[in-house]
This record gives sequence, C-alpha cells and structure tokens, in this order.
Amino acid sequence: MSALTARQTAATDAPARHPGINLGHAHREGEESREEMVFGFWVFMMSDMILFGLLFATYVTMLGGTAGGPGPKELFDMRGAFFETMLLLVSSFTFGMASLALKYRDDRRALVGWLLITLLLGLGFVAHELYDFHKMFEAGGVPSRSGFLSAFFSLVPLHGLHVSVACVWLIALLGQLAVHGLDAQTKNGLIRLAILWHFLDIVWIGIFSLVYLGGLA
Amino acid sequence: MNDSTHWLLGRLDASALPFWDALQHPTTKSVVNAVIASGAASLVIIGALVVVFGLTWLRRWGWLWREWLTSPDHKKIGIMFIALALVMLARAVIEAVFMRLQQALGLDGGFLTADHFGQLFTTHGTIMVFFMAMPFLTGIINYVMPLQIGTRDLSFPVMNQISLGLTAAGAALVMISLVLAPFSTGGWTGYPSFTERAANPGAGVDYWIWAVTLSTLSSTLSGINFAVTIYKRRAPGMRWMRLPLFTWTALCTAILMVFAMPPLTVATALLALDRYLDFHLFTADLGGNMMNYINLFWAFGHPEVYILILPAFGIFSEVFSTFAGKTLYGYTALVIATLAIAVLSFTVWLHHFFTMGQSAHINAIFGIATMLIGIPTGVKIYDWMLTLFRGRIRLSVPMIYASGFIMLFVLGGLTGIVLAVPSVDYQVHNTLFLVAHFHNMLIPGLLFGMLAGTNFWFPKAFGFRLEERWGRRAAYAWIVGFMLAFFPLYALGVLGMPRRTVAFFTPAYLPWTLTAMVGAVIILLAMTCLLVQLWVSVRDRHLNAVPIGDPWDGRSLEWAVSSPPPEYNFPVIPEIHGRDAFMLEKERGKAYQVPDEYPDIVLPANSAMGVIVAVTGTAIAFGLTWYQWWLVLLAAGITLAAVITRGFCRDTTRTLPGEEVRRTHLNWLAQVRATVPIDRSQEQSCANRGLPLPPVEGAIQ
Amino acid sequence: MSRRMLSNAEAQERASEQRNYLWGFALALILTLIPFGVAAYADWQPLHLYLLIGACALVQVVVHFRCFLHITLSRNKREDLQLILFTVLILSIMVGGTLWILFNLYYRMMPDMLP
Repeated sequence: MSALTARQTAATDAPARHPGINLGHAHREGEESREEMVFGFWVFMMSDMILFGLLFATYVTMLGGTAGGPGPKELFDMRGAFFETMLLLVSSFTFGMASLALKYRDDRRALVGWLLITLLLGLGFVAHELYDFHKMFEAGGVPSRSGFLSAFFSLVPLHGLHVSVACVWLIALLGQLAVHGLDAQTKNGLIRLAILWHFLDIVWIGIFSLVYLGGLA
Repeated sequence: MNDSTHWLLGRLDASALPFWDALQHPTTKSVVNAVIASGAASLVIIGALVVVFGLTWLRRWGWLWREWLTSPDHKKIGIMFIALALVMLARAVIEAVFMRLQQALGLDGGFLTADHFGQLFTTHGTIMVFFMAMPFLTGIINYVMPLQIGTRDLSFPVMNQISLGLTAAGAALVMISLVLAPFSTGGWTGYPSFTERAANPGAGVDYWIWAVTLSTLSSTLSGINFAVTIYKRRAPGMRWMRLPLFTWTALCTAILMVFAMPPLTVATALLALDRYLDFHLFTADLGGNMMNYINLFWAFGHPEVYILILPAFGIFSEVFSTFAGKTLYGYTALVIATLAIAVLSFTVWLHHFFTMGQSAHINAIFGIATMLIGIPTGVKIYDWMLTLFRGRIRLSVPMIYASGFIMLFVLGGLTGIVLAVPSVDYQVHNTLFLVAHFHNMLIPGLLFGMLAGTNFWFPKAFGFRLEERWGRRAAYAWIVGFMLAFFPLYALGVLGMPRRTVAFFTPAYLPWTLTAMVGAVIILLAMTCLLVQLWVSVRDRHLNAVPIGDPWDGRSLEWAVSSPPPEYNFPVIPEIHGRDAFMLEKERGKAYQVPDEYPDIVLPANSAMGVIVAVTGTAIAFGLTWYQWWLVLLAAGITLAAVITRGFCRDTTRTLPGEEVRRTHLNWLAQVRATVPIDRSQEQSCANRGLPLPPVEGAIQ
Repeated sequence: MSRRMLSNAEAQERASEQRNYLWGFALALILTLIPFGVAAYADWQPLHLYLLIGACALVQVVVHFRCFLHITLSRNKREDLQLILFTVLILSIMVGGTLWILFNLYYRMMPDMLP
C-alpha cells in the first residue's frame, strides 16, 4: 500500500497523455499542444490503418488472379523478406532508444546518434525492398502481368513509400534539430515520427506474415 | 501535335476545346451541344475574369490575401467553404435543369448528345456530393462547432486551411474541365470497366479521379481536425452529455470521415494505377476484378450518406428546440441514435449492389442491417416531433425547411426500406426509382438542413439577419419544386425507365418527365429566390442588424458572443454548468457579465499553406490528367518544399494583448445595456437587435 | 557523455522504460523468428503453418502496441485504446465483409479466382 502511494506521488509518474513515449514533467514547454498534436496524429494513423487493411483484403481476393503468370512461390524470396524484417525491427528498437535519449538526456549526441542509425536502417530497408522488386521484375513479376501482381504492387510499395516519407521527415527533423535545437516543436515532431515509425513496423508484420510467409507456405 | 510542344502540353490539344467537335463535324445536334458547352465554358472564364478585374478595380487583393486566403480563423475558413459550396450548387442545379429538360424532350432523341448528357450527370453527381455537400457541411461545422464547445479555434488551424485548399483545388479542376473538356461520363460512382483505359482512354475519367481524390484527402483531414477539437478543446465543464446536439453530429460525421474516406482513396488510387501504370486490379482481363471496385466504393459510399445527413440532423435539432422555445426532447436518446447510426452505417454497403450476383443469404443479411438503421432514425423523428409538441413555435425560415424535411424525409426513408428488400430491389434497381429515393434523402435531409443552418447562423456570422420574405419564398419553392421534380421519378422508376438515359421511346413516360421538368424549373426559381434574399439582406443590413448576437433566443454558446464574433470567439473561455449552456446563463441572469480579468490571447498566425496547397494541388491534378509530367513534378516539389519549410517555422502564433480584448468586450457590453430587449413576437421585425427578453421564470422547459 | 541529472524516481522510470523496449524487442524478435524458422526449415502442413503465422503475427502486433507505442490498459490512455478497438471493429467489418462478399461472388461466378 505504501509503495503504491509512493509510486503515485512520485514526481515523474505523470499521467500518460498520449500514445508513444510521454516526455513527462521535465519537458513542460508545449505540453498541451503536444497532447493534441499526438492525438491528432494517432487518429490519422487509424485512418491509414483502414487504408492498409483494405489493401490487404484486396490482395487476398486477388491471390487467385495470377492469370497464368508467376505466383508467390516463383517470385518471393524468403531471405530478402527476412532481412527487411530484421532491418525494420531493429530500426524500431533504435528509434525507441532515441526516444529514451530525448526524454532523459540533455545532450543531443545520443539522440542524434540513435536517429542516424534509425535513418540508415530505414534507408537500407527501402533500398533492399527496391532491389527485391528489381529481382521480381527480372523474373517477369511486373504489375501489368496479372491482377495478383497488381495487388502486390499496390500494397507492398505503399508501405515502402510510407517508410521513405518517414525517412524524409526524419532528415527534416534532424535539420530542425540543427537549426532550432531541441525545442518544443522539434520534440513534438520526433514523438509523432516515432509513432509513425512503430506503426509502419506493425503494418510490416502484416506484410511479412500474410504476403511473404503466407505466399511461401 | 509536334514533339516540341508535347513535353509542355502532354496530350492536351485543340480537341479539348468544347466547340472543336462541332467545327469538325457540324450537324444540328453537335452545334447545339457545342453552343451549350461553350456557353458554360465562357461563364467560367467570364466569372473568373470578373473576380480578377473586380478585385483589382476595388484594390482588394491585399485585403483578400490578408483577411481571407491566409487567415487561419475557423470562422473565415468556414465561410469560404460555404461560399465555394454555393457556387458549385448553382452550377450543379443548372446541370440538373438541363438533364430534366433533355428527358422532358427526350422521347425519341432530345437535344443533347449521349456524351454530353453523360458528362452532365457525372459532374452533377460529383459536384453535389464532393463539392457542394461536403464543403457545405464542413463549412458549417467549421464555423459553429468551436463556438458551441467554447474554444477559440480548431486544433489544427493550418491543416484546416489545407483542407479548404484541397477541396478548392478539386472544385477548380471540375470547373477547368468545362473549358478544357471532357469530364468523365462514368457517373459519380465511376464504375470500371467502363472507366478503365481500354474503354475510356480520354482525359475525362482522369479529371474525375483526381478531383475526387483531392476532395477525399480534404475530408479526411477535416475529419481528424474536428474529432480532435471536440475531444481535446471543450471548455471547462463541457462534459460529453452537455454537448449541443449539433456538436454530437459533427463528432460522428468527423469519425465517419476519418474511417470511411480511406476506402474511396483506395478505390480511386487503384483505378488510377490501372489507368496510368497498366495495373490489372479492375480490368476485365488478366485476373482483374471490377467487382472489388464496386465493393470498395460503397464501403465508402454508404457511410458517406451519413456523413452528409448527420450534420443536418444536428442542425434540425438546434432549429427545432430553438424555434419551439423548448429544450430538446430526448437528448440522450438522440445522442445514442446518432452514435448507432454512425456505427450501423458501416454494415450496410452491400445494398448498393444487391444485383451483383452474390448469394441470397448475403443480400438478406445486408437488407436486414439496412432496415435496422430505420430504428434510430425513427427515434430521432419522434424526438423532434415531441420537441415541437406544446412548444411555442415560430414558423421562421429554418423552421419551414425543418418542417419540409421531417415530412419529406420520412417518405424518402420509407422508400429506402422498400429498396432494402432485395427482391424489390431486383425489380427497380438502376431505374429512376433509385434516383428519386436518394434525392428524397439528400435534398430534404442534407440541402434543407444546410439552408436552414445558413438562415439560422447567418446573423451570427455577418451581424445581420437574412431577409425573411424572400427566404420563405425560397424555402417553399424548394419544397414544392423538390416534390414536383422527384415524385414523378418514383413513378417512372416503377414504370421501368432506367436512370442515366439520354433518350427513351415509351410515350407513357412523357407526362412524368414533363412534370419533373416543371419541378426543376421551380427549383431554379428557388435558387433565384436565394440570390434575391441575399441581395435584399445585404442591402438592408443596417435595418436587420443584430450586433448583440442572439436574435433567436438561442440556447448554445455561439449565441453568447457578439455578431460577428471577435476573431478569438470568447474574451474569456466560459465555464459550462449544464446542457443548453447559454440558456442556463440567461435563466440565472449570468449572461453578459464582465469577467474578473482579461488574459492575453494567443492566436495562430496567418499562413500561406492553404493557398500553396490549393495551387499546387490543382497543378498536380491538372498535370496528371493531361500527362504534363513536368508540371506534376514541379508542383509536387513545391508542395514538399513548402511542407518541410513549414516545419522549420517557429513564429506560428501571435498574441493579442488582454487590454485590447477588454476594450472591445466592454464596448460590446455597453452596447448590450443600451439595447432594448425584445419579445419573441418581434423576432422578425427591425426591433430585433439580437437581445431577447430574459426568460420568464418557469417558462423554459 | 553528459546526462541530465536524474532524480531517483526518474532514474527508476528510465530503467523501467528501457526494460520495456528491450522486452519488446526480444519478444518481437522471437515472434518473428518462429514463423520464419518454421516456414523455412520445418515441413508443416500448410493449415498448421498458416495458423502459427497468424497467431505469431497477432501476438507480435500486441507486443508492438504495448512496448513500442506504450498503449496500455491503464486508465489514462483509454482514449487511444478505445480508438484502436473502434478501428479494429470497423476494419473487421470492412475487411471481413469484403472477403465474404468477393469470395462468395468468385464461388458463384468466377471459380478461377478462388486460390
């Protein structure tokens, strides 16, 4: 009982106001607008989730539409998918470390370091995905070949596009960090980007499970 | 077309001009059609020129830029949304009159070509849904909702500008398509495979895709903005069950926008992939499946119906309780019914394609789900009637629209229940019966609501009442015109006349099509009455001024501030003690009080983002439509640069000193004290300065 | 490397949040490796494999929400949780409906499209 009370009154045990990491009392400036912005971004993520969900559904309904062309077994490469999965998973973790550095450290070095690692992993993911698509194209897996491939190329590259946009955003935020330092607005940006990044990793769970593993099983 | 201009113009050439075809193949019909199309195109050009010259002549460009285009104020953005909606409404009504005229003369031919007729019904539907209804309701929510919940602006003012910019870009695209034709002939639903490149290689479908996509993005952003505002920005004490009903419907509409727009985005984006990159998602060959488009489209399309209708329900709730002088009957039931409709609206989309070929049990289940929506809707109708019961009703313009709505909407709902029976639907699907049904829902259910809302809140926005006589004429003309124009279509549908037919060969249709034509002309008259009403009201604005801001003895917070409200809405954020917050203040004699202190107010600073997005959005969509890739890349680059630069901006707010707020507020309060309060019987006379007599004790129910 | 002076409570919280991320990473890693490993090396029946892949994916999604996005069942974040649950409801109606309708249509009219 006393331990519980102690926990509740602890200075840092601020109520969580939004999804993603909460900066707590040490980062007072912009706290209200942060709550609102992060919630707004969260609502946008939910809208995006519907978008991906429907593309997943479309993909499943198009599995039979190979029209005599190559199917999953001829085109997908489990090692590539595994490698991409690992890149994204590790990048999710490194972004988590960046969030912790944002919350608990004053110097920017740790934060920038983790962010740069995350950026490299994200860019690596995009590059490897492009390389995968290139291989698929060479094997005759072009979207104009069949309905199945069209559905594949409307789902998976959309995720890649999201990751690319997240990378551009990350670069822009690093720029803001250089120009304005770690002010309230940069922090808000980083917290929202973290949510996007983790969210994209969740979408990727769907892609590697349903598209790649499901296709190869 | 030679290579040197091809990179510049893409596939755009002289054949896009509306009279080109008539020059090449002059026949009576092609010349008539060219005259009509060129007339419409010149109206667009003349309208644009008049605006440009007018602004230059009056030296108003700077004013327009500072006060309107770059303003993040939700009230101004709301007004701009509504202005856009009214312009588009005028165009789409004129198109409707042409369609009625064609079908009235359509026995064995008529005067329009099939292609022209196809463009008319496509633009009419697209405009009415995406560029009339959506901006209209977005505008009204934008204006009213923050005032009702007691906040100074939406959560994301710049995103609000961007929403407006995107919708404006889509509307601009539809307008441009009159000059550089053609638009799509695929209907507002744009079903493949007719809209695939194989069947329809021209620019028309591409215009449609990008216009709709722009509108969809805009609505998604608006939905997020509204939802977050209602969640996070309510004034202290404004608990959920104290929200005015209009705000409840705004919340439900916002949630529907967030969740129902993605299916349309998916459908149009996949159709665009088919057309531009040779994908095979909806094609007839190579494993495509066009039925999925229809499925996706209506997964959006049915919630969309409730996006359109719910805000009108909210407006009618406010109108009924205000003009009956009673608190809303069954508030809790109305809230629950609204929420139930919002959720159920996601479960019925298949009833738009009962005849596509799925099993009878699927049809039956979706049919039953459809009928279920009748229950919460019925609850609402009874609640409204019981609000009127024993009220002291003033038959003002909004009340006329509301009465017309309640009767006509029930009829429309009943035909909806009829259509929800799959076996009946098999008989009348794709006939004018369906056209009659959804116009019967959307004209009373949406348009009457919006017009009632405009008459209701206009004095709040501009500081003077709209003229009553012309308003009444417009309202009655709308109601009569609607009945004459659409009730015959039920008969025609049962007789078997297909929708979207350019010509027919059954003389038995003729009496009905002629009656419908008369109805369309009366609706045109109603539009004219609206214009006259606006003109007369502006002329007599000093006579009808209501600076105190409460002309109807209103109940919710928006009536507690001056008309027009200051840009910060509330000098001090009010504290809420119950439902019908302002009526409660008036009852307790707490209205028009001087607060203890006036803190400084932080407001969002002006921003050009909305304008930039409007211009680049139009450019990207236009470039995509005509294959002008340089334009697409350039405009997309500018957009990206603008968004990133915006991220580096730090001076995004400005502060208004409390002293200035105090001065303005005290001036207004002095004016309040100098004004003679009026009785409800004087509401429509010039004595109405916007200050009602305080309520008699016990009179408020 | 300079650190902000952390109070005792802050240091505790930091440690617990770091553990949170590490746990999340470890669990996610395992839940990724299992389906990949089984799909690549084991010779399971497709149905069993699908079930395993699906189960691992679902659990992993929950892990990500819990550990990386900090969505918990605690009181103060109910709004976000409600939103996720509502999204899942809408998503299951839309996706479930789509699959139901389209596969029914395939069964009746386009048997070639059945995988």
